[in-house]
Amino acid sequence: MTAASFVSQLLQLAIALLLAPLLLGWVNQCRAWLQNKSAPSLLLPYRTIRKLFHKDAVVAENASPIFRITPYIVFSAMALAAAIVPSLATDLPFAVAADAIALVGLFALARVFIALAAMDLGTAFGSMGARREMFVGFLAEPALLMVLFTASLISGSTLLPTIVETLAHREIAIYPSLAFAGVAFTMVSLAENARIPVDNPATHLELTMIHEAMLLEYSARHLALIEWASALKLFNYSCIGLALFFPYGIAGASEDWLAILVATPVLIGKLVIGGFSLALIETLSAKMRIFRAPEFLGTAFLLAVLGMLVNLLLGS
Amino acid sequence: MINALPLVLAAIAAWLAIGALGLVRPRNLIYVGRVLFTTGALIGLLLAIVALLALGQVGQTVVLPLGLPDLPFHLRLDALSAFFLFLLGATAAGISVFSAGYFRASEGAAPGLLCLQYHTFLAAMACVLIADDAYIFMVAWETMALASFFLVTTDHRIPEIRRAGFLYLLIAHIGALAILLCFGVLQGETGDYTFDAMRSVTLQAAWPSIAFLLALAGFGAKAGLLPLHVWLPEAHPAAPSPVSALMSGVMLKTAIYGLLRVTFDLLAGQLWWWGVLALVLGLATALFGVLFATVQTDMKRLLAYSSIENIGIIVAGIGLTILFKSYDKTLLAAIALTATLYHALNHAFFKSLLFLATGSVLHATKERSLGKLGGLIHRMPWVAWLALAGTLACAGLPPLNGFVSEWLLLQAFLFTPSLPRSFINMLVPLAAAALVLAAALGAYVMVKFYGVIFLGRPREPNLAYAHDAGRFERVALVWFAAGCLLLGLFPVQVIGLVDAVNALLLGATVSRPGMSWWLLAPIDADRASYSPVIVLVVTVGVLLLTIQVVHRQYHGRLRRGPVWDCGFPAQTPRMQDTAEGFGQPIRQIFEQFFRIERMLPTPFDAQPRYFVKAGDHLWYWLYLPVARAAEWMARLVARIQQGRISAYLMYSFLTLLALLFFVR
Repeated sequence: MTAASFVSQLLQLAIALLLAPLLLGWVNQCRAWLQNKSAPSLLLPYRTIRKLFHKDAVVAENASPIFRITPYIVFSAMALAAAIVPSLATDLPFAVAADAIALVGLFALARVFIALAAMDLGTAFGSMGARREMFVGFLAEPALLMVLFTASLISGSTLLPTIVETLAHREIAIYPSLAFAGVAFTMVSLAENARIPVDNPATHLELTMIHEAMLLEYSARHLALIEWASALKLFNYSCIGLALFFPYGIAGASEDWLAILVATPVLIGKLVIGGFSLALIETLSAKMRIFRAPEFLGTAFLLAVLGMLVNLLLGS
Repeated sequence: MINALPLVLAAIAAWLAIGALGLVRPRNLIYVGRVLFTTGALIGLLLAIVALLALGQVGQTVVLPLGLPDLPFHLRLDALSAFFLFLLGATAAGISVFSAGYFRASEGAAPGLLCLQYHTFLAAMACVLIADDAYIFMVAWETMALASFFLVTTDHRIPEIRRAGFLYLLIAHIGALAILLCFGVLQGETGDYTFDAMRSVTLQAAWPSIAFLLALAGFGAKAGLLPLHVWLPEAHPAAPSPVSALMSGVMLKTAIYGLLRVTFDLLAGQLWWWGVLALVLGLATALFGVLFATVQTDMKRLLAYSSIENIGIIVAGIGLTILFKSYDKTLLAAIALTATLYHALNHAFFKSLLFLATGSVLHATKERSLGKLGGLIHRMPWVAWLALAGTLACAGLPPLNGFVSEWLLLQAFLFTPSLPRSFINMLVPLAAAALVLAAALGAYVMVKFYGVIFLGRPREPNLAYAHDAGRFERVALVWFAAGCLLLGLFPVQVIGLVDAVNALLLGATVSRPGMSWWLLAPIDADRASYSPVIVLVVTVGVLLLTIQVVHRQYHGRLRRGPVWDCGFPAQTPRMQDTAEGFGQPIRQIFEQFFRIERMLPTPFDAQPRYFVKAGDHLWYWLYLPVARAAEWMARLVARIQQGRISAYLMYSFLTLLALLFFVR
C-alpha cells in the first residue's frame, strides 16, 4: 500500500462521483435520439441535482429518522462500492476491505434501507414500491453473485482487482462460461438499475413503477442524493461489467502513472459504448408486466449458474 | 490455566438453586424478577467468561458419583463444549436480564414456577454440553425437553398452546428415541456407554452410517430439520418471548452440538455421502424455512420459520465440513466448520434480539399479528432501533454479524472444485446458488418483519398507547445488539476462538500467524478478504462528510408537511401493505410449495371477507397419514379389548403359554 495507490484510489472515486451523472445524461440522450425525440442536454442530471440541493427539504410529519438518514446511507454505500470496483486501476487500498461478495452485500444494504425508508411513511405507493424492489432484488442478487462466482472460479479469487488482473492477461477468446455470465449480468443490471424491461426510469405512471414509487416522498437534498446514488449505481454496474468482460485498459498493479492517465479516456470510451448499448436495449424492448419479471430474472439466475457449471465442466 | 469444569458445575448448581428458590415466594415479582433472574443472568455471564477461558485448554474430565449405583455421571469439558457453553452463557445472560423485567403477575403460571422451569432448562442445556456418557446426556436431554415443554405451555388455558406443546413433546421424543438408538449403535457390543469407550470402538460395515443417520434424524428433530420441523413454528409463538428466544437461540444449538459431537468426535471417520445428505437436507430446510417465513402473518411464527432457515444453513455448513473432511481437505473443512459455528453464534445473538423485541412489542400492544401493528418506531424508539441491528444482521448485511458467517460459508463453497468426484463438484455450485437464494429471501423476510411492525402508520388506534420497553428489557436488547455489531466487526478475533474447536475436531486451524486484526483473509490475502471495520469506518465517514458538505455548501432547511403519496387525498393506514400483501409476490411465484386456502369475496357480499392461509404440504402428506395410520392401528388393537375379565385372563394365559414356548 503506497501513496501512489492511495492517489489512484481517490482519483478513481472522484471520477466515479463526477462522471456518474454524465453517464446517466448520455444514456438519456442516446435514448432520445434512438426514439426520434429531441434530446435533453447532456448535463441535465447535474442541473437537476444542483437544483434539488438548493431547495428546501419537505419531509412528511410522520417520517422517522430512518427516512432522513437513508439517502446518506445509500449514497455512502454506493460511493464505497465505486471505490472498490476497479474501473481505472487495480491497485486499490480499499479493495481488500470488500471482495465481490461484500460488494453485493453493500448493494443489498442500500436496497434494504431504501425499502425500509419507503415503508416508513405508510403510504400505499411506498410500501408497494418497497415490496416490488425486494421482489426484484431477491432474484437479481443471487444472479449477480453467481456471475461474480464464475469470474472468481476462473481467477481463483473473489477480490475484484485480482479477478481483473487474471482476466485481462488471458488470451483474447470467447470463453463459454463468461458468455453465459455476460448475458446473465446484462439482465441483472437492467433489473437492478430500474431500466426497461423490468422497470421504467422515466415513468410516473403509478401502477407500473418500482424504483420511483419508493422515492415519491423524497424532495430536495434527500432526493438529490438518491438520484446521485442511482447514477452511481448505474456507473458501478457498468464498471463491474467492464471489469469482468472487457478488462483491457485498466491500469495494473505494476504499472505507473501513465497507465492511469491512459485508463481514464479508455474507461470513458467504454462507457460511451456501454451507455449507447443500454439505450439501444431500452429502445428495442418493451416493459414487461411485474409478474413476468421473475421469469426474466429466473432466466438470468439459471444462466449464471449454467456459466458456473460450464466453467467447472470445461474448465474455461 | 483455570480449573474450569468445577466452575461450570457450580454454575449449573447455582441455576438449579435459583430455580428452587423461586418456589419460596412464587408470586412476588420483585423477588423473582429483580433478584433471582438478575442473579441467573450474572451466572450466565460468569459461565460465558469461564467457557471463553477454557476454550484454549485441553479437555478436562470429572466423574460424579451421582445417578444409579455403578453408573456414575462422566463429565468432560473440551473446546467444543466450551464454545457452546459460551454461546449458552452469553445468550442466557441477556435473556435472563430481559426476563427480569418481562414476566407479569397476572399472566399464566406464577413467576416463581416459571423461574424454576426456566433455570432447570438452562441447567439441563449446560449439562447436555458437558455430558461425557450417553446416560447423563439422555437424562439432561430429556430434562431439557420437559422443562421447555412446561415453558411452552405456560398459557396452557389456550387450546392451541396445549396442542403446540403436545406436538413439541411428541417430536422431541421421536428425536430422543433416535438419539438413544444412535448411542446404542455407537457403543459397539461393549455395553460401555461412556463417550470415551465409543471413541475407541471401531464399528464395522454399515454401522457408522446407521449411527450417523440416527444422529441426523434425532438431532435434526430437535433442530427443526426437514421434515421434522413442524413443531417449531407452533411451539415458538406459543411460548413467552424470552423462552422463544432461549429455544431458538440456544436449544436448537444444543442439537447442532450433538450432531457435531457424534459426527466428528464419536465416529472415527466420515463418509462423503453423509456430507452430501446433510448439505442437501440443510439447503432444502433453509429454502423451505425462508419461503414460509415470507408468507407468515404472525411475527413470532415468522421468526420461527426464519430460525428453520438459519438451522438449514448451519446444517448445510456441517455437510460441507463432512464432505471436505472425508476427502482429507482439513483446511477447507476448518473454514466450513468455522462458518458453521460462527453462524450458530450469530444466530443465537440476532434471533434472541428479535424474539425479545417481539416480546416488548407484545407487551406494549398485546398484539402478535403483523396486520394490526405498524409505526411503532415512534412509540417504542428503543426497541425499534435496537431491533434494527438484529434485522440487518438477520438479513445478512455488512458490517453486521450475519454477513460474516455467510461470507465464510460462500468462500468454503468457492474453494470446492478440488474434490475428486466430479458430480460433487457439480453439486456444490448448485448448493451455493441455493444458499444465496435463501440469503436473499432472508433479506426480503426481514424487510417485511421490520417494515410492517415498526415503520409505516399504526394500523390500529390503540397502538398510540404503546409504551417503550422497560429498563431491564433495554439492557438486554442493548447487550444483543452490541453483540451483533461486535461479532460482525471483529471476525478475526472470533475465528481465533473458534479455531480451538477446529483444532480439536479437524486438526487444522483457519488463523495463521501474521494475520492482521482488521482483515479477514481465510486462505491467503490474494484469494479473498473482507474487513468489516474498514467498511463501517468508510461508510460512516462518507456519510458524515456528505451531511457536513451538503449542509455547509447548501443549507439544512427542513419543513414538515403532510404525506404526499402522488396527491392521493383520502389515505388511511389500511392502505399500507399488510403482511399478506408484502408476501404476496413470493406466494404467487412459489405457489406449488404452499397449500393455499383462499376465501375471496364475491361482488355481492354484504360483508366481504378475504382470507388466505398458506399451509404446509408436509403436514398433509406426511403427518396426517401417519396420525391416521396410528389411529387405525389403535382401533385394531382396541378390538381385543373386551371389557370382560374372563377375556383378559385368557390373554394372560395365552401370553404365558407363548413365553413358556419361547424360553423353554
